[in-house]
Amino acid sequence: MTRVAAVAFDTRYRPPRILVGGGHEHWGPVISHSDDLGASWVEGDEAALRFPEDSGVAVERVWQLAPGPADRPEEVWAGVEPAALFRSDDAGMSFSLVTGLWDHPQRQSWAPGFGGLCLHTVLPHPTDPSQVLIAVSAAGVYRSQDGGQSWTPSNSGIEVTFLPEKFPEFGQCVHKVARDCADPDRLILQNHGGVFRSSDGGASWERSEEGLPANFGFGLTAHPHRSGTAFLFPLIADMNRMPPDGKARIYRTDDFGATWRSVSEGLPQDNFFSVVLRDALTTDDDDPLGVYFGTRSGGVFASRDEAASWEQVAAHLPEVLCVRAAVVD
Amino acid sequence: MDLPTVLAGLAGTSRLALDVQQPATVAEVMDQVAEVHPAVERRVRDETGTLRRYVNVYVDGSDVRSLQGAATPVQDGSLVLVVPSIAGG
Repeated sequence: MTRVAAVAFDTRYRPPRILVGGGHEHWGPVISHSDDLGASWVEGDEAALRFPEDSGVAVERVWQLAPGPADRPEEVWAGVEPAALFRSDDAGMSFSLVTGLWDHPQRQSWAPGFGGLCLHTVLPHPTDPSQVLIAVSAAGVYRSQDGGQSWTPSNSGIEVTFLPEKFPEFGQCVHKVARDCADPDRLILQNHGGVFRSSDGGASWERSEEGLPANFGFGLTAHPHRSGTAFLFPLIADMNRMPPDGKARIYRTDDFGATWRSVSEGLPQDNFFSVVLRDALTTDDDDPLGVYFGTRSGGVFASRDEAASWEQVAAHLPEVLCVRAAVVD
Repeated sequence: MDLPTVLAGLAGTSRLALDVQQPATVAEVMDQVAEVHPAVERRVRDETGTLRRYVNVYVDGSDVRSLQGAATPVQDGSLVLVVPSIAGG
């Protein structure tokens, strides 16, 4: 069965280059790209995302593809399972393992989450190439201040409910992190139980849950040009992975996580039991903003007005792992 | 080497004639495949050289997993068959 867990529209190119990390249970993972909006695809032999031969490890799945900022058009990051970070300096045509993270002494103690030991979030800094933030399930947030050569766990304040220690240095099951568009030190984080925010680039975290009906979930994304605004899709709890009250509800903050409110007009409000996965909630970069999410039951919903109202735009798809959108000329 | 339909599409043929120096093993046959059709090779084995879990390779009708795996000898004129394993129930 083919699955596509990682998609990126690289809008530094026109038309946007589409990068896809897919794969097949029989034939393994594949990275491919399209420069004609999906009409044709190239699977470059050099783009094959592979561990070094002497590592004795093979890529199981590509979880994240993250283009760098506009002024670094060749930079693309990839997060994979088993948890590792790769970097491309040729716009995704070839990737190399970031050995600074792979050789981190804590890596041997990382434990897989329910979805596997995956590096699912990569947030390159928009202006400082030396800074990168990543998140791993279940290891938590790690940051590099030297372009990926060395890494420090950065989970201070993020509570863990499945380990004896409530606030370990690492081991958190962070599900997703989103960065503010104007202040790169401001981050919002969906944890395995808990929504948190940081005002210091991830050095410390505090709870950010006022107004939410539950604090579990996966899908989280930040507004690309309105500072302080982000969207998430709450679920009841880890042992009860359904939306509260059987309602499909997107929650929005406009004050950097101080408060959240439902923005769900047009979404199913009865007997909705599906889940939005960590990369299945996204935005485009239009104005007004388009917001989109897909569900494990194969539905895709879209808003043309910054989440004020919604309509279903696709149904009966396979499980939706990843949704991405871009404005096309 | 006989390929299943999905891999034949990548190779442009369902049967590959490979010239591998004797004595040869399945691993060396796959090394040769990597040179001429790398997209086929990486679907059959991962970057550690391990045959992918749901891909079965037969040499003259025998599953190499019941022989010597990637070290299974391949004789001159042997037929190597690549078959995806049964998927689901």
